[in-house]
This record gives sequence, structure tokens and C-alpha cells, in this order.
Amino acid sequence: MTEQELVWRIAGGSGDGIDSTSQNFAKALMRSGLSVFTHRHYPSRIRGGHTYVEVRAKSEPVKSRGDGYNFLLALGDSFARNPQEEAYYGEEEIKPLTENLDDLREGGIIVYDEGLIEDEDVEDLQERADEEGWHVYPLDLRGMAREHGREVMRNTAGVGATCALLDIELDPFIDLMSEGMGGEILEQNIDILRKARDQVAEMEQDHDLQIPEGSHDEDQVLVSGSTGIAYGALDEGCRFIAGYPMTPWTDVFTIMSQNLPEVGGISEQVEDEIAAAALALGASHAGAKAMSGSSGGGFALMSEPLGLAEMTETPVVLVEAMRAGPSTGMPTKPEQADLEHVLYTSQGDSHRVVFAPGNAAEAYDQARKAFQIAYDYQIPAIVLYDQKLSGELRNVDESHFDREPNPSLGATLTEEDIPDAPHHASGKFQRFLHDPENGVSPRTIPGQKGGRFLATGNEHTPEGHISEDPHNRVMQVNRRERKLGAIREDLDGRERTNQTYHGPEDADYGIVTFGSQQGTVEEAVDRLNEAGHSVKSLGVSDLMPYPEGDVEAFLESVDECLVVEMNSSAQFRGLTQKELGRFGEKLSSLLKYNGNPFEPGEIVEGFETSINGGELPGEETTYLPAAGD
Amino acid sequence: MSSQPTDPFGAIGQNREIEQDEYTPGIEPQATWCPGCGDFGVLKALKGAMAELGRDPEEILLATGIGCSGKLNSYFSSYGFHTIHGRSLPVARAAKLANPDLEVVAAGGDGDGYGIGGNHFMHTARENHDMTYIVFNNEIFGLTKGQTSPTSPKGHKSKTQPHGSAKDPIRPLSLALTSGASYVARTAAVNPNQAKEIITEAVEHDGFAHIDFLTQCPTWNKDAKQYVPYTDIQDSDEYDFDVTDRREASEAMYEAENALYEGEVLTGRFFKDDRPSYGQEKRAVGEMPEQPLAERYFDDDHEWERSYDLLDRHK
Repeated sequence: MTEQELVWRIAGGSGDGIDSTSQNFAKALMRSGLSVFTHRHYPSRIRGGHTYVEVRAKSEPVKSRGDGYNFLLALGDSFARNPQEEAYYGEEEIKPLTENLDDLREGGIIVYDEGLIEDEDVEDLQERADEEGWHVYPLDLRGMAREHGREVMRNTAGVGATCALLDIELDPFIDLMSEGMGGEILEQNIDILRKARDQVAEMEQDHDLQIPEGSHDEDQVLVSGSTGIAYGALDEGCRFIAGYPMTPWTDVFTIMSQNLPEVGGISEQVEDEIAAAALALGASHAGAKAMSGSSGGGFALMSEPLGLAEMTETPVVLVEAMRAGPSTGMPTKPEQADLEHVLYTSQGDSHRVVFAPGNAAEAYDQARKAFQIAYDYQIPAIVLYDQKLSGELRNVDESHFDREPNPSLGATLTEEDIPDAPHHASGKFQRFLHDPENGVSPRTIPGQKGGRFLATGNEHTPEGHISEDPHNRVMQVNRRERKLGAIREDLDGRERTNQTYHGPEDADYGIVTFGSQQGTVEEAVDRLNEAGHSVKSLGVSDLMPYPEGDVEAFLESVDECLVVEMNSSAQFRGLTQKELGRFGEKLSSLLKYNGNPFEPGEIVEGFETSINGGELPGEETTYLPAAGD
Repeated sequence: MSSQPTDPFGAIGQNREIEQDEYTPGIEPQATWCPGCGDFGVLKALKGAMAELGRDPEEILLATGIGCSGKLNSYFSSYGFHTIHGRSLPVARAAKLANPDLEVVAAGGDGDGYGIGGNHFMHTARENHDMTYIVFNNEIFGLTKGQTSPTSPKGHKSKTQPHGSAKDPIRPLSLALTSGASYVARTAAVNPNQAKEIITEAVEHDGFAHIDFLTQCPTWNKDAKQYVPYTDIQDSDEYDFDVTDRREASEAMYEAENALYEGEVLTGRFFKDDRPSYGQEKRAVGEMPEQPLAERYFDDDHEWERSYDLLDRHK
């Protein structure tokens, strides 16, 4: 049977060029008219360590990684060569071939570099291949690369072999290589690509797998979640970022830092994350649109500046790229376990706005929305995402980014406005009025005549003076809280909501998720409906202020609902129950926290377990029944 | 390119005659400082210096930390940012980057600047931002009622070090020098004329100017006396060194830091260097705009770049 999709896994060591090769592979397939989606898996090491990227390609839109893969290009880990450390490195060299081999689908293809991997090292390879109907093509990729260029070019040889086996045109690859390199390096790579293709084309082939065909209605671009966030920030006029490197947040920081100088912006790499967040506040206070961000541990350091932003009503956007915790956890593995951390960190009755985009296009939209809300309502807005969304590439309509920039500073006065703004009898400008309509009291910017005020983390009077007067205290707390209601109303009234619905509206069952699992859940919903179930899904993307109306309506419309999230403590389910005060008996949980994002099949299995009872097939995911079940 | 915007910040660069009481808040809050507190001396010297320099109150951003010293901008009326403990410097330096036309001054105590904010002190000095940093050094945590601070002398007894501190105090002047500050001075609240002169010089200096400002705490640090008598090292024949010579400056600092704990108060200018400020360096490598970033947001004619024009690399 010919499969409708390709899931091409390229595996090797960190430093073997897995990332760049897979990116070009995905781009070439996108150019050829296919929809693509990548899933990256890499260790926290500079060189060596098993790394792979899966490129999933179909003619229909792809929203998720697949279940396993059907083509393995195993380059071997060229950096795993420490015979003294047998215990740690012994198996490392062949890991690209052996790791998760069980996930290779029936009838799948294996190409491995016999220049690096000895097949006798791989237990029962032939036997297993016979059982599973795998088609194994040992190729001396290293030898080919050496012969026509340099050894490091064996990834190119692997791509040439792939093209031969799947009957893919070389031209898009040659175009992409020409865009990225030149001179002798380019010539050698093209030579290797062609030679490998020709050599493999002459071999006897016995597989059925083929590349699907497709076409796009409009021009496509290949973007990651991090790109979406950064580009959204740029289009909102963000021209200041401060940060400290930390995986996986570094991607957004890097993209911004590379683009800002070109557009007259400023990027600052500073001594720590406390400074990073404080710098963003300082720049915003002085009249720039500013952001900062980090991942779990770094974001923890931002708790205090976050509270200062809330208290001084200084607009700022922070991004938090979750990775597996606690503490240093697993730096390069995704998890959604910082939800409560981000919602509640910082002392006192503190408030912020939190968005959790479900894909790269939403990452762009919600980064923009975060800036709009932050500056219109003078409140910190956080974009919460994770290592999965950060690095996964997918094709998005180019026109999605064809929008007008919005450099507005929001609730900010110009110098001409200041004389007409409220003033105290003493003549002092009132920065923090007790009772503006939506809670927002417009600010001035240092340098403006007549607008001076003190921004302070202490409780303060309308003029900004430090005060512990009980009446003033209550008025100020109430006003700051009132902003959240206004924000909820604002968000609910927008044309493009932040919630994403999928599946038949009148379905009996529901699946709810937040953030980056959205696409995977949607694919599972499609499969479940095809299999005769009646299911729909809700991907929640604005978490604070919580979209009560949307979630309540969805939960009321279904008999039971499975909540899917990547953590062990069901934080999003807990949030939903806390915010809505009910539905405890309707909500069960499917959790995953082993460092890998859900596969659609796991959600299908989890859903069936929630309906039919019984046990989940493996230990990769965990099912928690609803209250009373 | 966009046309020249009308100046959105009318208070900047006026160079007009300023009366000192323009810095006095209209509704003056009751000062929380004790009678006889050295902090009054900083406030007075700052007002004097800013008036002398003709700085409009609204072109000044005064960012402070937490503690008695952090109240400085409650009693000095300009644009102010009373931040959190130890973090006045990162807030202040970013404001300077966003709008280099602002006169940016940061202030805080010795615990704030040399303790909890020590990392920021080191890095802000290293980067040599064109700003002034006044550290109120009273060798004690005052507002929290008298705990040992990073500048408390070795052996200093307090409720949290009942047997006396086993730590040598930090060397603030030396720390500023090795970190990269391009102007380093020490003055004292009891020496108002020198204090005003030094703040004036520091504000005028194009780089990171650090002032270790000795502010007696009459309530919690009675042992430290009043920082009298003091010696101005520039006026003393005993101390003859070149403030532009890093080695000589370093030696003078070391001596002054030791002397303080032996009852001799050495004040004055310790180091002055004309290396380029961070803003100059950052512009030179093309990572900072020539026009203040903050102005752009008020320029209706500015053409803002779009990410749509960056998409070629994603096709």
C-alpha cells in the first residue's frame, strides 16, 4: 500500500548538520507544493549526542508530528568516539539507527551510513527488517562525501540517496544550496548530491513508499513558533529587547537581535534575567516598545521585575519558552509545566495577561496581541510557549504576515495632551487616577514638559506619591483589577478569537488543550471521527484573563471532556476548574511528561481509554479520570 | 525616509535658568529620613548640581533602589522610577539607551548597590553608560533597623551578626575601577560644597560616573560618627596622584578604603578616564540608532518596517 505521507527522519549527532539539512529538506518539499511540519529532538550538548529531526510532508495541511516515521536516514554520530567511556558512549555511534527503531512504520525505508555504522553492531537488524517489511539500504555516505568533497558533506549524500529512493527532483535542493553557499563548497555539495542520487538510482529498489504530490493555492513561507513571536513583536513596533541566553528562549532572542539593528532597534544581552526584565521596563518607561523573555529558571528571576511592571503599570511583553523542569530539568525537551509558575509568580495580588499560541501563525498573532494589550492597558503581557513550538517549522501562507505595523504606545499622552489631562490642585500631573473608565490612566514619557511623575513599586496616590492610606489603597487595587475585566471584554469582542475549535459542532465528546498541543489534538480529533467517534476539540490560547465564556460553552455542549497537556500535575485542568468552579466530574486528563510531545495516536488511544475504560497501552502517557470516576 | 519629527520632548535640552526649588515637589511629602540623616545632604547637593547645570526637572530621570536612599526621588521632583531592591541600574541604563537625551541618574544604598545589586553595578560600570550613580554609603542597613551591610567594618556587631561580622567590607571604589567605571569619586554629606561639585562633574562626565557618597546614619550606625574630619585628597599635599592614571588611582582608592575604617575620611576624585561611553560604542558598531529611539514613536511620518519584507529567507 502506498502511504499518503512521508515522515522523513534524519538522525545523527549534534554537529552533523541535522538541523540545516532538515530545514532545507522541508523547504524543498514546501516549494514543490507539499505541506510540511518538522519535529526536532536534540540533546543539551554542543557536539555529539543523538539528534534527529522529522520532516512530515503531505498534500493536505500538516499540523503535527506523525506517529513514528516511515523513512530513516541514519547518518551515525560522527562525534561519538570516546572508547574510554564505554558506559556512556558505547552505543552512541549507532544510536541514530537503533534509537526508536520500533517507531519505524511497517514497510518503511532505512538508509544508513555504512561508513560509520557497522550493521553487525545492530542487533537482529535483518531479522527485524524482514518481520516489519522494512527496506534497508546500507550506503557508504561517508565514502561518497570523501570522494567528491569533504566528509562533513555526507548529509548531502544522504539527501541525494533520499531523492533517488523517493523519486524527488534535485532542482529545489540545488536552488536552496546555491542560496546558502558558494564557491568550491557549493560545487562539491552539488556534485555529491548528484553522484549519490545516481548511484542509488541504479540500485535495486523494492519499496512502495513514494513522495506525495501537492500544490499550494498561495505562496508559502516556512516559519517556526519563535519566528512567529519575533515577527509579531517587530510588526508591533518593538525595537528593544534585553535578554540572557537560555534554551529554548534563545531562538526568539537571536531572531530579534539579528533583525533589530537593521531597523534601528536595540538588543541588549545582559548579566542576568533580573537585569533583562528590568531593562525592558526601563526602555518602556522611557517611551520604547520593549520586550524580554526567558525559559523556566530565567523567568523565575524575572518574578520581581514582573511585579514592578504590574505595580508601576509599565507596559512590557515577556515571553516564556517552557522546557522540562523542575530546576534545570531537561533543557532541550518540551513540557507545559510552567503554566502555574507564569500565571501566579510574583508577590501580592498581582495580575498579568498570558497568551499561549497553538502554532506558528498564532504565535505571530498573539505576540502582536500581547503588545497591544500591554500598551493599551499598561500591564505585563506574557507569551507562553514551549520548546516544541519554539523550533518546529511549518508552512504558513505568506499573506498571513501581510499586515500593517502598529507602533502605537497605547495609553500614552503626547506633550500637547498633558495640559488637558487631570492634575492635582498643586499642579501635579495625575498618573494614577482612581477611577478612569477601563481602569487605565494614561502615562507620560520622561522628557515631556509638564508630565513628571514618580513610578514606584510602593502603593501610591494618583500623583505617584508613596502612600499607605487605606482608602487610596482600596481604590488603586480595585482599579488595577478592573483592567482585567476590560481586557477580557476587549479580547472577546475581537474578530479573531484566541480559541480554536475543531471537529463537528454537535459532537458528544470534547478534548481541550492549551498552547502547542493544539495541532496534534486536532489531528487526533479527525482520526477519531473517521473511526466513528463523535468528538470536537477546543485549543485555548488566552489563559489570563481566563476565557470563561468560551470554555464554559464548550464544556456545557459535551458529555465528557479529555484535557490534554504536557505535564504531570494537570495544571490546565486545575486552572479550568478553578476559574469555572465546576465541571470536575466532566474533565479527565491525558498527560505526557517524558520529554517528547504527544503523537496524534497517543491522544486517540487516550481518548478511547477515557471512553471505554481500561489501561493505556504504554507508560509514555498517563490517564487521570474525572472526579468521581 | 521620514521627515524630521517635531520635538516630542519639550523639556529636553532647554538649558534655561533653573531655581533649585523647581526640584521640590509641589505637595511635599513628609520626609521619612531621621533628623541628622546624611541623605538630606545628597538631596541638597543633587538639587544644587542640577540647577547649576541648568537641567530641566523634566529632562531628568532619577531611578532609585529600595531603602531610605530609595526615597530620594520622593523628595526630588523630576521624572522618577523607584524600582526594586538593587535594580535601579538596569532600569536606568535602558532608559538611557531608549532616549540618550535624558539626564539619567541612579541612586541607592550600599546594600542595594554593592550587595543585592552588585552584579548590575559591575556590569553597568563595565559598559560605561553615560549616567551618574550615587551610592548612599552609611555602612549599615538602616530602613530594616541596623543589620550589617556590605560596607560595615569587620567585627561590626548587629542583631544579625551578634558576635561581630567576620567579613572584610567590600571596596566600592576599587570595585568600580576594576569593573570599568570611567569616573569614580567619594564624597560625604558633611561636605556639601564638595558633594555638589562632584555631582556636577559626574553628571557632566560622558560615561559611567560612580559616587560613593558617605551618608551618616544617626540612628543605626552611631559608631560611624559623622564622617568628620574629612580630607579632600585633591587639596592635601599628602596625597599626590594622577586621577587619570589607573595604577595610581587604584593605590589611592585602596588607601582611602582602609583609612575609612581607621577613622580617616578621604574624599575627592579618584579616577577619571575619557573612554567612549556605551552609547558611542554601540552606535559605532551599528547596533544603536543615531536618533533617540523614543522619539520615533511620536513621529507620525516614520515608516515602520514590516516582517513581511523579511520573508524571502523563509521561502
